[in-house]
Amino acid sequence: MNPATDAVREFTPRARTALDNPAVRNNFRKAMDGLMDKRQAAFADWDLEALRELGAAVRLRALSRLPELLVQLEHNLQARGIQVHWAETGEQACQIVHDICQRRNARSVIKGKSMVSEEMDLNAFLARSGIEALESDLGEYIIQLAGEAPSHIIMPAIHKNTDEISELMHQQTGTRRSHDVDYLTASARSQLREKFMRADVGLSGVNFAIAATGTLCLVENEGNGRLTTTVPDCHIAVTGIEKVVENLEDIAPLLALLTRSATGQHITTYVNMISAPRQPDEKDGPEEVHLVLVDSGRSAIYQDRELLDTLRCIRCGACMNHCPVYTRIGGHAYGTTYPGPIGKILMPHLLGLESAHILPTASTLCGACEEVCPVKIPIPQLLQRLRTEAMDGDPQRPAHMDGHGSKRNWREMLLWHGWTLFNSRPWAYRLGTALAARFRRWTPARLGTWTRYRSAPRPAPQSLQQQLRQCRHKES
Amino acid sequence: MSDIIKHYPPKPQKVYFYATCLVDVFYPDTGLAGIRLLEREGVEVVFPQGQSCCGQPAYTSGLNEQARTVAVTQLDLFPEDWPIVMPSGSCAGMLRKHYPRLFAGTPHEMQAEKVAARTWELTDFLLHVCRIRLQDQGEPVRVAIHTSCSGRREAGIAEVGPALLRQLADVELVEQARPAECCGFGGTFAVRHPEISAAMVADKAAALVDSGADQFVSTDCGCLMNIDGFADKQQLPVRGQHIVNFLWQRSKGGVA
Repeated sequence: MNPATDAVREFTPRARTALDNPAVRNNFRKAMDGLMDKRQAAFADWDLEALRELGAAVRLRALSRLPELLVQLEHNLQARGIQVHWAETGEQACQIVHDICQRRNARSVIKGKSMVSEEMDLNAFLARSGIEALESDLGEYIIQLAGEAPSHIIMPAIHKNTDEISELMHQQTGTRRSHDVDYLTASARSQLREKFMRADVGLSGVNFAIAATGTLCLVENEGNGRLTTTVPDCHIAVTGIEKVVENLEDIAPLLALLTRSATGQHITTYVNMISAPRQPDEKDGPEEVHLVLVDSGRSAIYQDRELLDTLRCIRCGACMNHCPVYTRIGGHAYGTTYPGPIGKILMPHLLGLESAHILPTASTLCGACEEVCPVKIPIPQLLQRLRTEAMDGDPQRPAHMDGHGSKRNWREMLLWHGWTLFNSRPWAYRLGTALAARFRRWTPARLGTWTRYRSAPRPAPQSLQQQLRQCRHKES
Repeated sequence: MSDIIKHYPPKPQKVYFYATCLVDVFYPDTGLAGIRLLEREGVEVVFPQGQSCCGQPAYTSGLNEQARTVAVTQLDLFPEDWPIVMPSGSCAGMLRKHYPRLFAGTPHEMQAEKVAARTWELTDFLLHVCRIRLQDQGEPVRVAIHTSCSGRREAGIAEVGPALLRQLADVELVEQARPAECCGFGGTFAVRHPEISAAMVADKAAALVDSGADQFVSTDCGCLMNIDGFADKQQLPVRGQHIVNFLWQRSKGGVA
């Protein structure tokens, strides 16, 4: 059994548990309200629509040339001494990281924040070979102490409040219990600093990989990314193949959009531009730098003209911050690496629709995510498309997806067949609505899950069409 | 949303009225009020026979074939080049935004695109095409408005309802918390994920109660059925009405 596909099957019971947990509800509601306000304030002086247009155009231009940009990126990175590795699956990527560690006799890896490494389940892979991977991003550090997965792609420990974090740090590291966030942060910092100095390898993600210059761009606020990529003798960056952009100039609008959309910051505390290992005349920096480019289902998404919009994502998390479903059930309910709206359109590709078909259904298609997406991904349209793939597909858009049609079942299709007949034959519609109006008092008081929370709607004594027909009859 | 571009036509002599199935069966008064408001503006209203559903439930459930089978019967109801006016942001959004995608690559592609370009949500049409001016004849009342998500983000009418309500002298428009947040219906979402939907509608109803409004109005009967149905079952002190009924009653002094 695959734990990743098993977890997503538990979406509904997990969501129910989360809905019944006032602490989860409250933590997420407060945090998401705050993030929405910050984002809005950060864009106050900008022509946001124009900037989003630009961001979308930059990403689309990069995707339109993705294969050649990747080759160009590899060439330019290698020219400056960065070693490039290609991984078709997450497991292959883990193996590549593992082999580099083994070759260097590395026993400890310090990690900057990397969602791709979460996707790969890298920490568990390395642990099986006795290699310790320690998270250095404060949020990731906290959830690693708790043995949990991130509940948000930018703020992995957002589901925990200060009391819970204080208790966790006390239990796991002996830190004195405190409500003082600065004290807790300082305590984590001093423990991590020691680990940085001892780590054999630093592993990070990548926000943007610039093809023309061979540069890896990494943004962060805690300085842990800078330490991860400069203190250990070996730095390994892992990233999805879609993160490449064409030119250095492309970074400016994307950074402006990314940090404001994510946390409402005008810029992050650190912006790292990595273009080479330590040069002979330099005193510090890693002697080896590697980039692992991970496919893991992305090139399959790329094959479809509509679905490839999924790959525009710059991982700001604004879609989850604004999602009314995510806000209520939190990130863990999804049981996936990427939760929220982006998870709903990305994870079915990574896991297959057979197990992940529930994700695209868990949306009202309200469009709040699309409205704030900095690169204008048409998320509701992609959700609709994935629902189509899971059901009977559309001959107008041939399918490539794993698990295509897996949600189709005869009972539901029979209902829809009846619905189609009712609405496409005027006599059937007229008869049906007349009967509904005639026998309105017999409308069942219980209509499945609808009436568990709401009164049953009752048809009017006469439908609009009946009334209009009578009017016309009188007039003539 | 500012990236929805609309070119309002000059006020026409005739329009098609496309009632939607929900209005037809459950809220016929909304249809009548809408027709009367249009007629009062001097527009002749043509109600084509053979109307059923626009196909949205099947479409949002991922059943494009079934949605097309239904939608294609509706496409043929509007042969003349008159605007198609609908008392629903959601169904208008289906025609305006989704019909072109649904019929792309089929023999009905052109027809769907023409229908999409001629489709208007009713309040949008009244305000921007008819340039309606409402005379308030009602008692002072505090009203909150819930604009449906599809109305807001697909039909681009977030500002329309409030603008119409502000024309009414004795109506005080109050704002509830998080006005742009979804009420949790979302078609089959409410059936597949009833608990999440219930949590959303509970919050929406609470926000409307807390706003201090005497009543709320909505641009969509779907949201109305959800929020009102919840408020009724939970016996909350707030009830809703379609904005079109409200506008007709206030400016005419009767029940449509």
